[in-house]
Amino acid sequence: MGTLEAVLLTIATAATPLLIAAVGELVVERSGVLNLGVEGMMVMGAVTGFAIALMTGSAWLGLIAAIIVGALFSLLFGFLTLTLVTNQVATGLALTLLGLGFSGMLGEGFVGQPGVKLASVYIPGLSDIPLVGKLIFGQDPVFYISIALTAAVVYFLFKTRAGLTLRSVGDNHGSAHALGISVIGIRYMAVMFGGGCAGLSGAYLSLVYTPQWTENMTAGRGWIALALVVFASWRPWRVLAGAYLFGAVTIGQLHAQALGFGIPSQLLSSLPYVATIIVLVLISRNKRLTMMNTPASLGRPFVPDR
Amino acid sequence: MKKTLLALTAATLVSFGATAAYAKTKACFIYVGPIGDFGWSYQHHQGLLDAEKAMGDELETAYLESVPEGADAERAIERFARSGCNIIFTTSFGYMDATNKVARRFPKVKFEHATGYKREHDNVSTYGSRFYEGRYVQGEIAASISKTGVAGYIASFPIPEVVRGINSFILGAQSVNPDFKLKVVWVNTWFDPGKEADAAKALIDQGVDVITQHTDSTGPMQVAAERGIKAFGQASDMINFGKETQLTSIVDDWGPYYIERIEAVAKGSWDQKDTWAGMKEGHVVMAEYTNMPDDVKATAAATEAKIKSGEFHPFSGPITKQDGSEWLKEGETADIGTMLGMNFYVKGVDDTLPQ
Amino acid sequence: MMRIELVKRPQHSVLFSALSPFIAFGLTLVAGAILFAILGKNPASALYFYFIDPLTEVWSLHELAIKAAPLILIAVGLSVCFLSNNWNIGAEGQFVMGAVAGSILPVLFPEFQSWIVLPLMMLMGIAGGAAYGAIPAWLKVRFSTNEILSSLMLVYVAQLFLDWLVRGPWRNPEGYNFPETRNFHDYAVLPEILSSSGRAHWGFLFALIAAVVLWFLLSRTLKGFEIKLLGQSPRAGRFAGFSSSKMVFFAFMTAGGLAGLAGISEVAGAIGQLRPVISPGYGFTAIIVAFLGRLNPLGIVAAGLVLALSYLGGEAAQISIGVSDKTARVFQGMLLFFVLASDALIHYQIRITRPQTERTGEVSHGNA
Repeated sequence: MGTLEAVLLTIATAATPLLIAAVGELVVERSGVLNLGVEGMMVMGAVTGFAIALMTGSAWLGLIAAIIVGALFSLLFGFLTLTLVTNQVATGLALTLLGLGFSGMLGEGFVGQPGVKLASVYIPGLSDIPLVGKLIFGQDPVFYISIALTAAVVYFLFKTRAGLTLRSVGDNHGSAHALGISVIGIRYMAVMFGGGCAGLSGAYLSLVYTPQWTENMTAGRGWIALALVVFASWRPWRVLAGAYLFGAVTIGQLHAQALGFGIPSQLLSSLPYVATIIVLVLISRNKRLTMMNTPASLGRPFVPDR
Repeated sequence: MKKTLLALTAATLVSFGATAAYAKTKACFIYVGPIGDFGWSYQHHQGLLDAEKAMGDELETAYLESVPEGADAERAIERFARSGCNIIFTTSFGYMDATNKVARRFPKVKFEHATGYKREHDNVSTYGSRFYEGRYVQGEIAASISKTGVAGYIASFPIPEVVRGINSFILGAQSVNPDFKLKVVWVNTWFDPGKEADAAKALIDQGVDVITQHTDSTGPMQVAAERGIKAFGQASDMINFGKETQLTSIVDDWGPYYIERIEAVAKGSWDQKDTWAGMKEGHVVMAEYTNMPDDVKATAAATEAKIKSGEFHPFSGPITKQDGSEWLKEGETADIGTMLGMNFYVKGVDDTLPQ
Repeated sequence: MMRIELVKRPQHSVLFSALSPFIAFGLTLVAGAILFAILGKNPASALYFYFIDPLTEVWSLHELAIKAAPLILIAVGLSVCFLSNNWNIGAEGQFVMGAVAGSILPVLFPEFQSWIVLPLMMLMGIAGGAAYGAIPAWLKVRFSTNEILSSLMLVYVAQLFLDWLVRGPWRNPEGYNFPETRNFHDYAVLPEILSSSGRAHWGFLFALIAAVVLWFLLSRTLKGFEIKLLGQSPRAGRFAGFSSSKMVFFAFMTAGGLAGLAGISEVAGAIGQLRPVISPGYGFTAIIVAFLGRLNPLGIVAAGLVLALSYLGGEAAQISIGVSDKTARVFQGMLLFFVLASDALIHYQIRITRPQTERTGEVSHGNA
């Protein structure tokens, strides 16, 4: 395996959890809801996935359980913000707090145990093609799921009627409601989709990335995923580009260090964040384009008036 | 009153060398991370559990985990001091000033601060471990089994403790292979399984075939296992995460020290001191040597024995600094001051030390 | 199909405005009791240690003030941002940069010892925080860059900058190369309010003063009207002749300045030196505090104290009855959820109905 191929593989692994969580959050935000609890849902997914996989011996069951738990956990956020119309920012932050605490409680018995790793795909012949073999045909299944998920979300949002409905709810919940669309119902489904994605992303960390459970093992990746959504100005393919860019900068700085460049490591560590700001500025200079993609009702509460 | 009497009786009995019941002693611990980190805080908590096992009903314990360094630490320590703790262990460097401030207000309570150097009051002791002793053995092993002649080092933060470990490792490696190279990656975190795993991958991709880490998670061990190279564990025995990968691990064993100090409080014989103990005292324990040829095992065990007996010191001259200047002459060993404040690399480290 | 629905009240319910904190508290007590009972702890004593024990001793009240001060200072500043529809979630970074700017004198010029040092430090702290807050403001005005993201990214940059300073150029020359600056000299330490009974410092007074001043500004002045109007409807604001660009800077720099003041107060008061990490996430927790206080500076004082109490109580419960740190956090999360949920009763009536033909409408309150 050549160095370049290895580096690209590493970047793909680093980008996949970010991509999954961010695509989920993108759908949530497209429906007009801002859920800052991604980190909390992710860490719940991580502990669930790990625990179920360990108990059943099947990483796949772990993944599925993590999706379900992520979605259920997000319902808590949904009930508060959608039915009780609480502030979305504060509720999302509280959800993160709750998730970090709750996952720690649930996972106490699993610390220090190696987990079940989800096996990578191997197709004889194809996986062995130099340079691109492992990259295209030899990764873990979730990598393919993440790409398929992005494509599916693009198709759903821009090519289906349901996607159009969801976007209209996010753009103007008042008129959507007037057209007889159930704003709250659609937002509930979007929030649960986001929760499921966050759960899957968390399980990726505890089943593929580093098959283990430790408290707070998401280490801030939920926040990066949130940033990616805005960074991508709510376009799924740009989320993918952003996740891989972020992964590349993170991995790149580690390689720069291993090569022995004498740059302060804090400067290198801050590169992904600075890069994000710069790219964001470049993108948002084009005002018309940004405005077009921003869900106009994002973060605004909705209550049908009667 | 009854307590004092009991304590007196106990002290008398003990002074006659009898194993006797102590008055109930309360020992309290403050951890910087969650006890579920399977690293630094986890090992300190194991020390607490060892003490409980050894002292049984005579010991009462309490702990606070994930206490942030800063204003919160002082409050947590003060709370312990007020809640009847007889001895308080503050287990992170960042608690240093807070420990001393609280100690001034509670002269009867004993304070034990890990890894610091300030003992401003009579009731403050400091303790730390000579992990670098284990690093030297690791370096030897790495150079013996490496085919590429390059090892990777995942480092947390450029503090003397970590720099000491890096230097000791490369010195150990050079004793086997004078041309051995070491690549260092700083991840700026003590604990982030994903990032540590990324660092491990980056190092492996650049051709290292042995990995050691000065961060707390088992992430790098799992990556090494996956890629089929060898690695060293850190803080705890990580063999479960790499049955065919772990060569050995430097295990922080705080139990003996905690038992000794708590018993000293119980007996009334506690005194202020600065403990910097290593293999000899059982604070630094090498996990079983595995996944290496028998001759390498034997050499490692021999070096370990020599360090234990005091016959050998990892920082013995001649040693040249990275910049080519001479640090130690033939026959000299490093003094404690230089070791405590170590902020330079020795020759052979392929990295610029962040200043 | 039966549905729970919220119906907007014509006016805020005065009754529920007063009652909602108590309802929330009652629900938290019940849920907490169940949680503790499941974990095999005595619910009564657990709740006692959470809410009563920290209030029974004077030293503990001081600690409450220390913990609440930065939360209140940051949150009142954030209330200006959120009311004017500026999503500053980077207060953590502004806190750090305020602490860094304020520490320049005692760290780089330790020989300069005079009474004027402390006031200068406070002013430099405010300036540092405000300047750092101005960056996302400028990006928003000049490039219409989303401020949620830019302010959040700048948090990481600030933290790494502090880390670099403390490990590198600002490291204590007598500190064995450990990552911390020299300890501040006596003129650079924020005095304690009542040093005989505990260590609460002037930071808490700053917080109270800031809350009163901003309460007056928001509820009694034209500026307050401008802030709220631009927040609720930028168009109406423009018709009234207010500039939303200036408001972006005003809001971000007010919040940044107060976060900076909180940063330098924490460093000069409670810590006494710069360290690689000086905040356990005050800037983020303050966002919750701001909303718990309903974006009203006086409400924020109460909310800050309650949240600080839940930290102290969590510790007391950990030590006394062995509730774990995670349980303490779960309980804190529950408290927040109940407070947020109960506040819904102020603006809405709960009604269980069958769906029928509907008239549409849209509510906007607070942050809309």
